[in-house]
Amino acid sequence: MQTIDMATTPLRELNATLQAQAKQTNQTVWEIANPKGAHAIAVGLDAPIEVTVKGSTGYYCAGMNKQATVKVTGSAGPGVAENMMSGTVIIDGDASQYAGATGQGGLLVIKGNASSRCGISMKGIDIVVFGNIGHMSAFMAQSGNLVVLGDAGEALGDSLYEARLFVRGSVKSLGADCIEKEMRPEHIAILQDLLDRSGAPAKPEEFRRYGSARTLYNFHVDNAAAY
Amino acid sequence: MCGIVGLFLKTEALHPRLGDLLTDMLITLTDRGPDSAGIAIYGDADGGLKMTVQSDTPAQTFAGLQDALEAALGQKVGVRVIDTHAVLSLPADSGDAARAFMAARGIRVMGSGESMEIFKEVGLPRDVAARFGLRQMAGSHGIGHTRMATESAVTTLGAHPFSTGDDQCLVHNGSLSNHNAMRRVLTAKGFAPKTQNDTEVAACYISSRLAEGATLGQALQGTLKDLDGFFTFVVGTKTGFGVVRDPVACKPAVMAETEDYVAFGSEYRALANLPGIETARVWEPEPATVYFWER
Repeated sequence: MQTIDMATTPLRELNATLQAQAKQTNQTVWEIANPKGAHAIAVGLDAPIEVTVKGSTGYYCAGMNKQATVKVTGSAGPGVAENMMSGTVIIDGDASQYAGATGQGGLLVIKGNASSRCGISMKGIDIVVFGNIGHMSAFMAQSGNLVVLGDAGEALGDSLYEARLFVRGSVKSLGADCIEKEMRPEHIAILQDLLDRSGAPAKPEEFRRYGSARTLYNFHVDNAAAY
Repeated sequence: MCGIVGLFLKTEALHPRLGDLLTDMLITLTDRGPDSAGIAIYGDADGGLKMTVQSDTPAQTFAGLQDALEAALGQKVGVRVIDTHAVLSLPADSGDAARAFMAARGIRVMGSGESMEIFKEVGLPRDVAARFGLRQMAGSHGIGHTRMATESAVTTLGAHPFSTGDDQCLVHNGSLSNHNAMRRVLTAKGFAPKTQNDTEVAACYISSRLAEGATLGQALQGTLKDLDGFFTFVVGTKTGFGVVRDPVACKPAVMAETEDYVAFGSEYRALANLPGIETARVWEPEPATVYFWER
């Protein structure tokens, strides 16, 4: 295992080292010590390596991730795994606002709570939150799956496109054009797979599914107030 | 942007370290607000009134201030000059007379109270902290701010914290959109802001509500109804410490609590070196939710 201590290694050197790992590297396991809430830790990775950040991170940890598995043993600041393309990001604690924003692929697992705007404009990423999520989550979400074992805050899925939202607890309110939908066998299968892969302690049958009513796709004067 | 820090100590043993801890928190948030910095600190009360004043020409302005003020008030006063600021020790009932004295001489009053002292200047947080010797200051609680100006000029008076009532202070990350309308309302109530800064309007709002008999919690709750815009506020009173975020909550906030303290930071970075942070309860304050602690 390779260890990088942020108390002695500058952030740019840390990221340059991790970004330089080739796809066939044999240095596959990395540990980062003393993150102390620093910004942009382990961003832009593009190799099948495993990076464990021992502590809590600031803005944009694991942003733009490809292939890598990044684990944070503490909590993550705003924008964790923003625009992730593939790979896995696991947060043992809580995640701040806009976790997984604009993500195009991969799996983001948050074992605590996520705050506001979780999965905003998600474009294919899968997000599993063991706790609750805050307001305006999955706003304008385009594709992918957002799974919440706890409760969702106000205006869930406002103006969303084709992302699937699965919530086990309560939903404070649904956003414009977001409705509850029936849970069909294919949704149970998708959910089972995500719960298995994230190690989430829940059964698919306990969830409700929410998605787009598709009434805002084309302008209709009756909907003018919703835009 | 802007950075906010706050520390409310529950354990007396930590009181001598308050300035040291707050200084490190403040300097950590330099990149959120490099244009000015300030701190309000609640130290020992000696039964009198402390008034913190400021002058851009301290050598001339503060020379002979003690004699002139004693002559004007007819009572003994203390003057402790710290860089551009001076902390005056005054008889408890002499606040209005001292303010009139300062106004006549063009000396700016930053704040007053039984225990609060307030220091703020333009410059990097590291430099501002060194000029005032913040690291050596002791106290029970304090709040600080690193400013990246948006709504008004980069000046000493535009820096935070703002104090608009005895032992009251407020720092703000965000921008208010109804501050001009609210300024008129508050002026009519007798709580006129002195500057064009939006944050001072929020401070005056809290002071007006407290003067009307509201608790700190009620005053903070009122900001959610009466103030429009983006805000995370951290507020100090002689015995209290409060936090509130607007319902949209796009301005970041992290809190930590242990047996020894309650701490606030715009980012976790500011809290990362506090004693016992590894086992502290750390959380993001909820939108439109008032948090406050009183001793």
